[in-house]
Parts: sequence; structure tokens; C-alpha cells
Amino acid sequence: MIKFIVKRLVALIPVLLGVTLLVFFILDLAPGDPAKTILGEQARPEDIAALREEMGLNDPFIVRYGRYMFDLVQGDLGTSYKTRDPVGEEVWARLPNTIVLALTSTAVAILLALPLGIIAAIKQNTLFDGISMFISLLGISMPVFWMGLLLILLFSVKLGWFPVAGADQGIKSLVLPSVALGFMHMAAIARTTRSSMLETIRQDYIRTVRAKGLPEHDIITDHALRNALIPTTTVIGLQIGQMLGGSVLTESVFAWPGIGRYMIQSIQGRDIPSVMGCIIVFAIGFALINLLVDLIYGFIDPRIKAQYR
Amino acid sequence: MNNVSAVKENVQISVKKKSQIADIWKRLCRNKTAVLGLVIVILLVLVGILSPIIFDYETQVIKTDYSNTLQPPSAAHPFGTDELGRDILIRTLYATSTSLSIGVVTVIVALAIGLVLGSAAGYFGGKVDMIIMRIMDIFLAIPGTLLAICIVASLGNSIINLVIAQAVAATPKFARVVRGAVMTVRDSEYVEAARAIGAKDATIIFHDVLPNSLAPIIVQTTLEVASVILSIAGLSFIGLGIPAPMPEWGAMLSASRAYIRDYSYMCMFPGLAIMITILSLNLLGDGLRDALDPRLR
Repeated sequence: MIKFIVKRLVALIPVLLGVTLLVFFILDLAPGDPAKTILGEQARPEDIAALREEMGLNDPFIVRYGRYMFDLVQGDLGTSYKTRDPVGEEVWARLPNTIVLALTSTAVAILLALPLGIIAAIKQNTLFDGISMFISLLGISMPVFWMGLLLILLFSVKLGWFPVAGADQGIKSLVLPSVALGFMHMAAIARTTRSSMLETIRQDYIRTVRAKGLPEHDIITDHALRNALIPTTTVIGLQIGQMLGGSVLTESVFAWPGIGRYMIQSIQGRDIPSVMGCIIVFAIGFALINLLVDLIYGFIDPRIKAQYR
Repeated sequence: MNNVSAVKENVQISVKKKSQIADIWKRLCRNKTAVLGLVIVILLVLVGILSPIIFDYETQVIKTDYSNTLQPPSAAHPFGTDELGRDILIRTLYATSTSLSIGVVTVIVALAIGLVLGSAAGYFGGKVDMIIMRIMDIFLAIPGTLLAICIVASLGNSIINLVIAQAVAATPKFARVVRGAVMTVRDSEYVEAARAIGAKDATIIFHDVLPNSLAPIIVQTTLEVASVILSIAGLSFIGLGIPAPMPEWGAMLSASRAYIRDYSYMCMFPGLAIMITILSLNLLGDGLRDALDPRLR
């Protein structure tokens, strides 16, 4: 098991090198002179030239990338053009908010999706099935930011139950963003749970336990669900990338002080090192979560665990 | 004699092809939700084509009218007017053509590149496969929306950059699907036969392999149009998409945020338009998946 984790972590290195190179290259295409951005349009050309030299902007691309990577492996994400503060500190301060939102919305998604998917499968082709699948289709089709606006309209503006934006009211502030993001995430999980559940309850061993006279409830929870959950876990893992993208929009709608919102603000301020830092942190997070999902398979499915050795 | 048998063969082939398409069409028609999706998609395409013809862009779509701002829905303005006095119904309809055309163009670009990369990787295998797919993996290691945000943030927001950003984010997905599809037919006997009679690789790929791997590619294309439209709306919502004053659903929703307290109707219709578009494309895509490959049911 530990050998497998180490192997996977080592395999991550070339991917992360590629990702940083790609992101560094894309953001390097950005027009405009960072030195001018920092000093302002009225700055004297010799000052700009001096700052360019000091920041190493005149070096070739590969040298600048190497320097960035050298700092990155030491945990240094560069310096913001705007505030002149280390990007790492800014991102670090906001990371917990993004993680909390990701966790709560995943929880919302799973809590909504599993019952919907299971009921739809057990009561296949009934009204329940139709309604649950319709709800999950809504989840796929509604943009997360529109869902967010509608939630704000109903629960904040009309009913006044939750704050419109921000994170100052603790759990209360967290409810609407989690529901908006979780609802979008729920759809694919519910649909996969339904189809894998349908497949599982037609298996021979389920017929056997039914023939043994086990109560229907035990058949579903103890025998069918455990096996049906394997594709569900895969989809939860696959959805994480989309969810990270969705969290940028959700944080923007609810003014949630996470990395996504910081990234949008940095883009608007043309603060390239901050944008770079945010995307790198998202990409590393994405890779680590994927690894985690792979490990979770092992706990659900002993057949997969056997391959880890 | 030769001629006769050639004609015979032609007839047979055309009959067989027709019956296969007819078969798929019949299966699609039996699926009520897929038909609903198809009908809505056709209606949306009509709206997209007709609205730029019916409405005048300068005077009806983008012209500000300060005597008419923030009017609630009425007979004159069924969806109301926005903060600049523009009719929300007209803008919502007009935005259909913006979103659909950008969505389709983006997907065509991504599909073209994905087809070449994916079929090369799947067909040749070995080193070619490894190099192409490792590069695709790097693109896939960044969530698509973030990659698109990164590209637009760097290049600046214009329609061309938006298409580039979305196409770059979508290409690896196509490459992967095409590669998978190609690999399943690569070792079949008719490909071997084509190789045995000395057909060139490119001919085999485009003539024998791709036509037989079309099903998953068609499905992915339909679903990807939906995902690109959703992504464009998202980028426009955070100010990185279609530049103002061109109407776009996400940008319209973004503008409505400031008025949500007193003019909530503003945030209804563009959102509904996105939802209907994505919903119909997804219904059609799911229906096509079932119709093209009955084994998947």
C-alpha cells in the first residue's frame, strides 16, 4: 500500500512539471510589461528598465521558468505585482475557505445523490424514478452561478434566512454556497448511482440472497449498495475537476473569500504571479485529490486493493 | 461482367448504409426525451439563425435607452428591460446565436484537432501514443474551466481568444474519446484486410477506422457543445467572456446581480435560456448514445 502511494506520488512529479510549464507558458504570453504595471504608466523608462533587470524579466523564458520552479519547490509562489506581498501567504490564508466549501458541497452532493439514485433504481420506471432523474437533470443543466443567484433571491432577499454574501456568519454563510455547488455536483453522482445500482440488483448473488429470504432493506444496504458504489466513487473523483472550476464561480457569486475569488480579483488587476499561484495550487490539489480517490477505491473494492501490492 | 458486380456491390452498400441510419433514427424517435431534446435544439438553432435577421443589432440589441431603464415585464417588453433600458427578451433571443455559434465553432476546432491526435495515438500505438497522451494528460491535469480562465486571463477577452481557450480545454477530451474508439476497431479484420491490400495509414484511418468509431465521437460532440456553452456563460459571468455590449446569457446574469433585490426578473430569463439549451443538448446526447449503440442500454 505504502509502496503504491510512493509510486503514485513519484508519477505525479512529471505531470506537475508539465502543468507548471504549461501554465507558466500561457501566462507568459500576457501582453504588458510587469515592471510598468508595478511602477505605473508615468514611471521613467530608466526606472522601468532597472526594475525589469532586478526582477529578471530580461532573462530567457527557460531561465525564468527554472527560477520560478526553484522557488516553488521551496514553497515560494512569487510576489504579487499589486501588493508586493508573497503570493504564497495570500493563497495560504484563503485555502481553508476553499477546502471547507469543497468538502461541504461534496457532502451536500452525496447526501442528495445517493438517496435519489438508489430510490430511482429500486423503483425503476415509476414516478419516483422520473422525479429523481428530472431533479438530477436540472442539476446538470442549471449553471452553478444561476443556481446561486436563485438561492440568494429566495433565501436571502425574500426570506432573509441566510446572508447574501461573505463568510462572516460562520455556518450560516456556508449553507447557500454549498447547496449551489453541491446541487451541480449531485446530478452526475445520482445518475451513476442509479445505473450501477440497476446493474447490481440484477446480479446472480443478489437473486441468491433474495432467495435466502433476506429482508429487502438488508439486500439493498448490505449486498447491493457496497458493489454499486464503486462506479459512484469513480464519478465523484471525476467530478472534482469540474467542481474546482465551479467553486471559482460559486466563490464569485457569494463573495466567498477563497482562492477562486482571489484568482478572479487578481485577473482583473492583471496580477500575473497571483493568478499563476492560484492555478498551480488548484492543479496540485486536483492531482492529490485524484490520488486520494484512487486510494479510496481500495477500501471499497478489495479486488482493486489487491492490485496495489 | 465486372461492371455489373461493381454496381451490385454499390447497391448493396448503399442499401445497408441507409438501413443503418434509418435504424438509428427509429431508435432515437422511440426515445421520447431524446425527441424532446432534438425538437428544442432545432428550435434553438432557428432562434439563433433568425434573431440576427429579425432584430437590428445597433438599434434593438445594444442601444441604450435611459428613459426606459429597469422596466418590469409588460406587454411592450415581455421580459422587462435592463439597467440600460434594453429589451431583455430581444437580448436573450439574440444571445442564442452568440452562444450556439461560438459553442459549435469551438467544438469543431477541438474535434478536428482531437480527431487527428486521438486517431494517431490510437492507431499507431507505442511511442506515438505515449507522447501524445502524456501531453494530453498534462492538459487534463488542469480542470477545463481553470485552463480556459488561465488562457483568457493571459490573452485578454475577445471572441477569438474565448474560442481558443475553450478549444484548448476541450481538445484533450476529444483526443481521449477518439483514441479509445480507434483502439477498439484497430485490430479488427477489415482494418487488417485494408492494410494487406496496401492502403496507406491515413486512408485506413479516415476510410476504415474513423467511420466505424463514430458513435462515441458523435455523442461526445453533442455533450461538449453543451459544456462549452455553459463554460462560456461562466466565463462571461466573471467578466472574462464575451465583451460588452454584445448580449450573452452569463454576462446578462452578471449584470443582474446588482439589481437582484428590487428587479429580480432580470436574473430569470437568461438563466432559463442557458438551462433549456444545456438540458436539450444533454437529452439529445443521451438519446444519441442509446440510439447509436443499443448494447449500452
